[in-house]
Amino acid sequence: MGPSKPTKSPRRPPSDWDRLFELGVMAVGLSTLVLVWALVAKMALDALPSMERFGPGFLTGVVWDPTKEVFGALPFIFGTLLTSGIAFIIGVPLSIGIAIYLSELAPPWVRGPLSFVVELLAAVPSVIYGLWAMYALRPVIANDIEPFFKSVLGWTPLFQGNAVGLDKFTAGIILAIMIIPTIASVSKEAMRAVPDTQREAALSLGATSYETTRIAVLSYARSGIFGACILGLGRALGETMAVTMTIGNANRISWSLLDPGQTMASLIANNWGEAQGIQLSALIEVGLVLFFVALLVNLFARLMVGRVLKAVPSTGVGL
Amino acid sequence: MEGKIVTEGLNAYFGEVHAVKNVGLGIKQNAITAIIGPSGCGKSTLIRCMNRMHEVVRGARVKGKVLLDGKDIYGPATSPVMVRTKVGMVFQKPNPFPTMNIYDNVVAGLRLNGERDWKKLDTVVERSLKLAALWDEVKDHLDASGVSISGGQQQRLCIARALAVQPEVLLLDEPCSALDPIATAKIEDLLFDLKDKYTIVIVTHNMQQAARISDHTAFMYLGELVEYGDTKKIFENPDKELTEKYITGRFG
Amino acid sequence: MNTFEVRKLKNELASAAALACVILALIPLMYILFEVVKTGAPAISWQFLTSRTVGTGGPGEGIGNAILGTLLLLFYASLIGIPVGLLTGIYVSEYGNNRIGYTIRFFNDVLANFPSIVIGLLAYALVVDLMRLGFSLIAGSFALAIIMIPIVSNTTEEALRMVPNSLREGALALGVPRWRATLKVVLSNGRNGVATGTLLAIARIAGETAPLILTAFYSSYWSASLTEPIASLPVTIFRNYNSPSKVLLEQAWGAALVLIMIVLSINISVRLLLRNRTSNGKREVMKTWKARLSRKA
Repeated sequence: MGPSKPTKSPRRPPSDWDRLFELGVMAVGLSTLVLVWALVAKMALDALPSMERFGPGFLTGVVWDPTKEVFGALPFIFGTLLTSGIAFIIGVPLSIGIAIYLSELAPPWVRGPLSFVVELLAAVPSVIYGLWAMYALRPVIANDIEPFFKSVLGWTPLFQGNAVGLDKFTAGIILAIMIIPTIASVSKEAMRAVPDTQREAALSLGATSYETTRIAVLSYARSGIFGACILGLGRALGETMAVTMTIGNANRISWSLLDPGQTMASLIANNWGEAQGIQLSALIEVGLVLFFVALLVNLFARLMVGRVLKAVPSTGVGL
Repeated sequence: MEGKIVTEGLNAYFGEVHAVKNVGLGIKQNAITAIIGPSGCGKSTLIRCMNRMHEVVRGARVKGKVLLDGKDIYGPATSPVMVRTKVGMVFQKPNPFPTMNIYDNVVAGLRLNGERDWKKLDTVVERSLKLAALWDEVKDHLDASGVSISGGQQQRLCIARALAVQPEVLLLDEPCSALDPIATAKIEDLLFDLKDKYTIVIVTHNMQQAARISDHTAFMYLGELVEYGDTKKIFENPDKELTEKYITGRFG
Repeated sequence: MNTFEVRKLKNELASAAALACVILALIPLMYILFEVVKTGAPAISWQFLTSRTVGTGGPGEGIGNAILGTLLLLFYASLIGIPVGLLTGIYVSEYGNNRIGYTIRFFNDVLANFPSIVIGLLAYALVVDLMRLGFSLIAGSFALAIIMIPIVSNTTEEALRMVPNSLREGALALGVPRWRATLKVVLSNGRNGVATGTLLAIARIAGETAPLILTAFYSSYWSASLTEPIASLPVTIFRNYNSPSKVLLEQAWGAALVLIMIVLSINISVRLLLRNRTSNGKREVMKTWKARLSRKA
């Protein structure tokens, strides 16, 4: 650093400008926060007619009939939980396997490029997943995968009916693919955050690399990995387009994965343009339910992973 | 050259950094060998080569031979996993597994080998913790987390964990550098008691410690082995001027 | 087989399983790219890219108005989202070591992972409903801007945290007021990080569909008016994806190809930029080695 330059005397004492600047940027930062909560309040106001008319029974009602103006959200809550559940069951083991490979096993020179390619899965817009699922994935599912499950698990209520490929099963599979990048990269970051001294401890006891991963890495990073899974669940719950395009859109509850269904998000996307009056109000109430479910899930995940959340691929899932 | 562990023309690299240069050294059985030298002289790297922990670091390579009981541990038929069960290691910073309790920490290595017999595990825990002079302090709360005890206790827990696998050689990489003098004294006493049964190699930057506990001392500088011999001789009448300068504190 | 051999086998099986997971995840990605290029490419022509969507499936239709719509949405969303995100990031990084800063950061983290259809509902509540502007370009841009803000602010914050304190102190020691020092530090040192975050945010919102259905809706006409509904590439895909008309279906695939090219080219160029800036493998090895040395010292 050179010798200090004499400064120009400012028109106001510098501390005033500093204070003003700080308050200014703070106001901008707070504005999003305030605005979003104000809008949530506005949404609640819009949902009020539906809330007053159907009360808490809205959440347990099984009929959604715009012509009779009877609205119950249970089929969509059910559909959301069921498809997210399928996605979770398929997506979590795959993602953790990927994270283990990328963090512990892969040769160093492939880690970077391979992580990037996995994150690209998150960059593909949701609507393109839907298009692809409709024309490329659906035939495979309808002709091979679903008949297989039907022959093995046909005796359970989960695989009743015909294999068509536009149903909760396909939606669950697509969701599983879409939550992989989130769970895999957040888990990978959680595993990278495990100190090397832990790995050394296991290795020096004569552990193989699989055993090192199990006793030193997975157990140390378990809360981060758990948070990553919850974060993935949050993605699945709110994912809209790919589900809307593959779930078959039926407003009823059915345990069979081979039957069409509807999620909260797909209901809104499907009916938005036409809905008016009490139906619009009911749709907004469904949106409000989704908002609070997503908020709870995200707050919970945030508690579990802490700042590892930063590792969420910002190349974004097009929800 | 002979000994429990013998290195022949050993070279170790980090990428292009040549950390250990052509070291030939024979570690005597049932004795304590200290490796001393200034920071970055390659002493830690040298002992990490003795149980194949060096290659764990990214970009690290080893050239040359390390013979354990006359067999090259870098030979094609030798698995690093087997080597590490025979040559245990204790690190600079205590690193017990935080998600395991004290008991599970001690038997972690045995469990890997599929040991399920509770009676046997109990015996091993008691024996290893006694060897590590920790039994009396923790015997009433073996189910406490491995990181709930003090730093000195954690380091002795790590020693117990390494001993439980029943290695033949114990490598210690500056085990006392993170500990207070009382804990250090306890570990030194413990090493002294252990040398009847084990071959011990300790890396230390503390010359008094080397002089106090070791039978043989190796002095390293800039990756090379400068001088190796009986501790008494190294500290009282070294052959090399460099060794004398370091011992008397004129550099380092 | 003794225990050691069993353990070795387990190790190999587990490694193979982990690798299989990676391969299994890459199949859909490759398959999607392949399918979009294969089916989308025949649709692409100059006329296709420059004519509007009529929606009847007649000859001479295209996705020109959807491309224009997407570009306008990205432009207006960036116009709101980048400055707000940037200033938020500055606040959180430079002044945010307090309760307010923590709240904003926490909230942005949550917002960044929020379902975008819910954000669409929020934008609908404000612009379409409250401001009585109806389905419109401005409503769509607003929804996309809310999605951008946490991404831009998080990357800005991260970039600024990388700037060493000595630079800030250096500027302050010269008698520069803190706000000017902050801006100077931001402009000169956080630039690359901020640019990266902005590009990734744009790539992210380019493919957003659900919030647009709720806000910008759709139009088959050429339009640039802020208060009119507007077409976009993702919504075009959604409207045509199960159309019985071959021409309209072709529009969906063509739009998908254009969209995925925009999104992937941004992602890949950001990646290449980042890789050139960070050190190559060799230097990293030196760094680990030096870190080990300093740990000892």
